[in-house]
Amino acid sequence: MTDVASETALVEVRDLVKRYKKSDKNAVDGVSFDVRPGEFFALLGPNGAGKTTTISILTTTLRPTSGQVLIGGVDAVADAAGVRRQVGIIFQNPSLDLNLSGEENVRFHALLYGLYPYRPFFRAMPRDYRRQVTELASVLGLEKEIFKPVKTLSGGMKRKLEIIRGLMHRPRLLFLDEPTSGLDAASRRSLWDYLRQVRREHDVTIFLTTHYLEEAEEADRICILDKGKVVSLGTPEEIKAQLLEEHLTVDAADRRALQRELEGMQLQFQPNGQDGAFDITLNGHTVQEILRRIELPLTTVKTHSPSLEDAYLRIVGATME
Amino acid sequence: MREISAILTVASRDVTKLLRDRPRMIFTLVFPFIFIGLMGGTLQSNLGRAAGFNFIGFIFSGVLAMTLFQSASQGLISLLEDRENDFSQEMFVSPISRYSIVLGKILGETGVALFQGIPTIALALILRVPLTPLQVLLLLPACLLACLLGGAFGVAVLSLLTSQRSAQQIFPFLIFPQFFLAGIFNPIKILPWYLAPLSLISPLRYAVDLMRNVVYMGRPEYDRVVLFDAPTNLLLMALMFAGFLVVGTAVFVRQETNR
Repeated sequence: MTDVASETALVEVRDLVKRYKKSDKNAVDGVSFDVRPGEFFALLGPNGAGKTTTISILTTTLRPTSGQVLIGGVDAVADAAGVRRQVGIIFQNPSLDLNLSGEENVRFHALLYGLYPYRPFFRAMPRDYRRQVTELASVLGLEKEIFKPVKTLSGGMKRKLEIIRGLMHRPRLLFLDEPTSGLDAASRRSLWDYLRQVRREHDVTIFLTTHYLEEAEEADRICILDKGKVVSLGTPEEIKAQLLEEHLTVDAADRRALQRELEGMQLQFQPNGQDGAFDITLNGHTVQEILRRIELPLTTVKTHSPSLEDAYLRIVGATME
Repeated sequence: MREISAILTVASRDVTKLLRDRPRMIFTLVFPFIFIGLMGGTLQSNLGRAAGFNFIGFIFSGVLAMTLFQSASQGLISLLEDRENDFSQEMFVSPISRYSIVLGKILGETGVALFQGIPTIALALILRVPLTPLQVLLLLPACLLACLLGGAFGVAVLSLLTSQRSAQQIFPFLIFPQFFLAGIFNPIKILPWYLAPLSLISPLRYAVDLMRNVVYMGRPEYDRVVLFDAPTNLLLMALMFAGFLVVGTAVFVRQETNR
């Protein structure tokens, strides 16, 4: 299994440990995972779980204490520049110079990545660059605004501009570190629509960190991090199945009789905390099969399939006390 | 070639940012006026005759060197703090050498500091500091050198201090005593024995003295104002620049990812 994974993985993280100099515990404590090409991968966890530390190591701005990170087969410690060329990053903190225009922000990025030679003015830049910027601006509907100071743009627009800039050098892998923090609901939705469009049009793998569950739920695979450790890893469905069993809630006027009957059926069940009805763990049985076998008239029948939120709160809640 | 392009990009960003920031531009014009016009003017009126030399010229040359030196070193120190903010994050994750970032930043902050130097020189002319056209011309390279030394000093401070917070907190303690040890406002021709060695290790002192070499060039009070001749100042500045830059950048680059 590991052989197949390592052949195809775009990101390989093995036993990653980071302990900051003045700290007595590990911020990241033995984390391992793979990200496959083309995948939408989400790193989910509460604040302080080690998400930003992990992403900083993956983007080479922080050196790990131990462990290995390979991006496109390139070692993040030994060849940082080789990794940097392959990835684009949208930072948690805004990374635009507000007094500069959108175009200048984009241009400085393109120059730092060596896409074009340095020229002091937009008009002096090569034609390819000018066409690229014009196209990008029209995608965002910012034909005029792109030449105005960035501080005149809305929060959502600034984020999109950062994403556009991050894609200028055609990275294989795009890191998004809590991209929607500080955005209102409408901007957040619009940014997600845009990200879906980016995924369709660019052949790019997305690595997202977030503490919003509904954002992670869109991912192909989720890695839940808590206190520096991986607590769960898989598709949203796998995580739900792993963490929470589906159950069936039943109640009857004569609870004692019901309890005796359920015991006779050798089912796993317990009274729930709310109203004393019985929660039956399905354990591979189907709802229909169980119901058919109960002879007592039932007053309540409810099935409960856990949401990812239930799963997440259970994991995180358990460690938050 | 690619790295040169990157250095120019880092540098031109600083200059463009200054030009777009109106309040900061105005502040950079007002600040020298306060020192030279107000402080120099009052000292000239009250002490000028007793001292026997032009005090406005004295304050002007000191403040010019100080503004440039401090502005350039401060710009470099902000590099650590900015790593978490604005476009600087982009610089640190782009595939360019860390040496290019430091060099570009020194050049950029030098450009920014020079923008502050020009109005200061204009102010000196308005306040009738006796300057010939040749002296004005010679002030420009002296300004450039003050900026470069300040930038290199900033890199050295960066490398000495591990955390960005301590850099911002400790920097004033490293720069403020130099105002007096380098003799920005106060003549330091004669110093008590315990201050003399401290003054000698202040890098700012040589930038100031070079400036005064130009301002008091060929004047009778030259010997009463200037400490070392220009070649000596140039040599010491060059040595300090090279030392700060090489050691500072190497240590900074190593520490940068080792938090």
